[in-house]
Amino acid sequence: MSGTTSDRLGHFGRFGGRFVPEALIAALDQLDAEYQKAMTDEVFQAEFGRLLRDYAGTPSMLYDATRLSAEAGARILLKREDLNHTGAHKVRNVLGQALLTRQMGKKRIIAETGAGQHGVASATAAALLDLECVVYMGEEDTRRQALNVARMELLGATVIPVTTGSRTLKDAINEALRDWVTNVDSTHYLLGTAAGPHPFPAMVRDFVRGIGVEAREQCLELTGALPDAVAACIGGGSNAIGIFHAFVPDSDVRLYGFEAGGDGVETGRHAASITAGGLGVLHGARTYLLQDEDGQTIESHSISAGLDYPAVGPEHAWLHETGRAVYEPVTDAEAMEAFHLLCRTEGIIPAIESSHGIAGALRIAPSLKAELGRTPTIVVNLSGRGDKDVETAGKWFKVL
Amino acid sequence: MSERSGNATNVSVAFDKARAEGRSVLVGYLPAGFPGVDGGIAAIRAMVEAGVDVVEVGFPYSDPVMDGPAIQRAAEAALAAGTRAKDVLRTVEAVADAGAQVLVMSYWNPVERYGVSAFARDLAAAGGAGLITPDLIPDEADEWLAASDRYGLDRVFLVAPSSTDERVRATAAACRGFVYASSVMGVTGARDKTSSAAPALVERVRRLAPDPALPVAVGLGVRDGAQAAEVASFADGVIVGSALVSCLLDAPDLDAGIAGLRTLTADLARGVRA
Repeated sequence: MSGTTSDRLGHFGRFGGRFVPEALIAALDQLDAEYQKAMTDEVFQAEFGRLLRDYAGTPSMLYDATRLSAEAGARILLKREDLNHTGAHKVRNVLGQALLTRQMGKKRIIAETGAGQHGVASATAAALLDLECVVYMGEEDTRRQALNVARMELLGATVIPVTTGSRTLKDAINEALRDWVTNVDSTHYLLGTAAGPHPFPAMVRDFVRGIGVEAREQCLELTGALPDAVAACIGGGSNAIGIFHAFVPDSDVRLYGFEAGGDGVETGRHAASITAGGLGVLHGARTYLLQDEDGQTIESHSISAGLDYPAVGPEHAWLHETGRAVYEPVTDAEAMEAFHLLCRTEGIIPAIESSHGIAGALRIAPSLKAELGRTPTIVVNLSGRGDKDVETAGKWFKVL
Repeated sequence: MSERSGNATNVSVAFDKARAEGRSVLVGYLPAGFPGVDGGIAAIRAMVEAGVDVVEVGFPYSDPVMDGPAIQRAAEAALAAGTRAKDVLRTVEAVADAGAQVLVMSYWNPVERYGVSAFARDLAAAGGAGLITPDLIPDEADEWLAASDRYGLDRVFLVAPSSTDERVRATAAACRGFVYASSVMGVTGARDKTSSAAPALVERVRRLAPDPALPVAVGLGVRDGAQAAEVASFADGVIVGSALVSCLLDAPDLDAGIAGLRTLTADLARGVRA
């Protein structure tokens, strides 16, 4: 099994599916049909390929990070998604979905955003393809991320502060779903991660899986072999599934997803839904989520806004259950230490999200080396750049 | 065979009675635990006394994506006050003898977390008639279909104007008690006008349902007796939620809220008899 969906409702084993109001089913069916068609449609693929290459700047490079490798005791190859237009892997997904929106004859997209990265990416794609764009963002986040709000507005999007519930990313998703159920005829919900009801998890994966396809080829070319491990940070899980997917059939390649451990899983202040969550249903899919005894969602905590989500994409839940991928928490402190190390050894300021993946690679390197009896090669998805995180990091390291 | 025990009855009792009287059924929604568990129980009992035939007890949930501002606010307040699953069941038990059939309306995760079979068992034991599931479609409902059969509970799924004929047929086939026709594309909330899509949707359900006698109730947007009368002219049931919740939300205290609730319910009850 390569992780492809198993039935028409998009189940990955017992995960995934469609837990949404009936009013959305027709739109999900339409989206599924258009997405299936687009996957094999030469015209769509040519246009998507052109935008990915000429506009987004992919394939991203696979960089042999020798100074970091010397510190890690492993050969670390960084997949430089941070160099893409808009600064993260997310541009791949928004371009794919915006093209589909146009194909469906819809003129309006809505999106949720936490820190603003997916909102900025959505606003970017909307500007490029002449679509109206409305972004839902927790009220608290609009204050903390004023710069990203300004970016979205400069790009022509409307940002709506969400004041319901916990006023965080999950409530922004709720509000986007309410908008979608009301305006579904004219509007596409451009979901920002490989989660939600079918076909979103499979569709988003297919739009970002180029990351892994490229990395696999680049690694073979550079080293003559497949990597021993692939590591990525995981919140909803789009960058992780993007780099994992092409490697899933390579059973010798270990796959590691690093969840946001926040203050430490034992403190309860974290976003490690696979490590410390339970089985349930949230935002349209059956998956692992942080919830109380009554099934009420528990707020997540992470220094990284992009990982600060109380659930995870269903394909990851399934890769965890089947044992094909391993998921471990990385604390805020560990991530920031890795952030600092990458800054100092390679001159790269990573997103704090991606720093969780770097920290994880540093953690697994010694045991992998011992097990293999040689220096292991680890591909890490450097999913985004850290410009947006300078204020947070500056405060953490007391330089601001 | 159903393991149902006690005096609980299914909602067909209410629909049969209304049909005999040549009118539609009035279905009223209030969340459990608002304002407070006992306040919520008092409000629901008042609503039944004032003329509601079927009660929907809402299970307050942290992520109510189908609900508009009024029900969101009430659910948030109920959760902030510590409303738990046992309080929802206690509410059902406390209002089951008030003279109306009692359904629980719940997003799926709280039911799944409780345990689908255990929830069905405890709901039946509390005197509940069944469950309305706004984010569970029959395609994903195998466990609930089995549990509701085992405990003899009604199961109400939703259809929408966007539902294909095939889905309307399959959803109606899975329903027991009635079919919930969401009359507008959107979230819950009182509207100035009822939907023009509703009569066509009701007609489609009647035409496509394997059991032509299965009642169809219309919800989303009804706020007064005149609108209730309009919906009652083509539907077997009229579902009112946000307008009732607003009586409690907007009132200075529980007594005033309950007084407002009685007035609105009486108006709605006249509407379904018009």
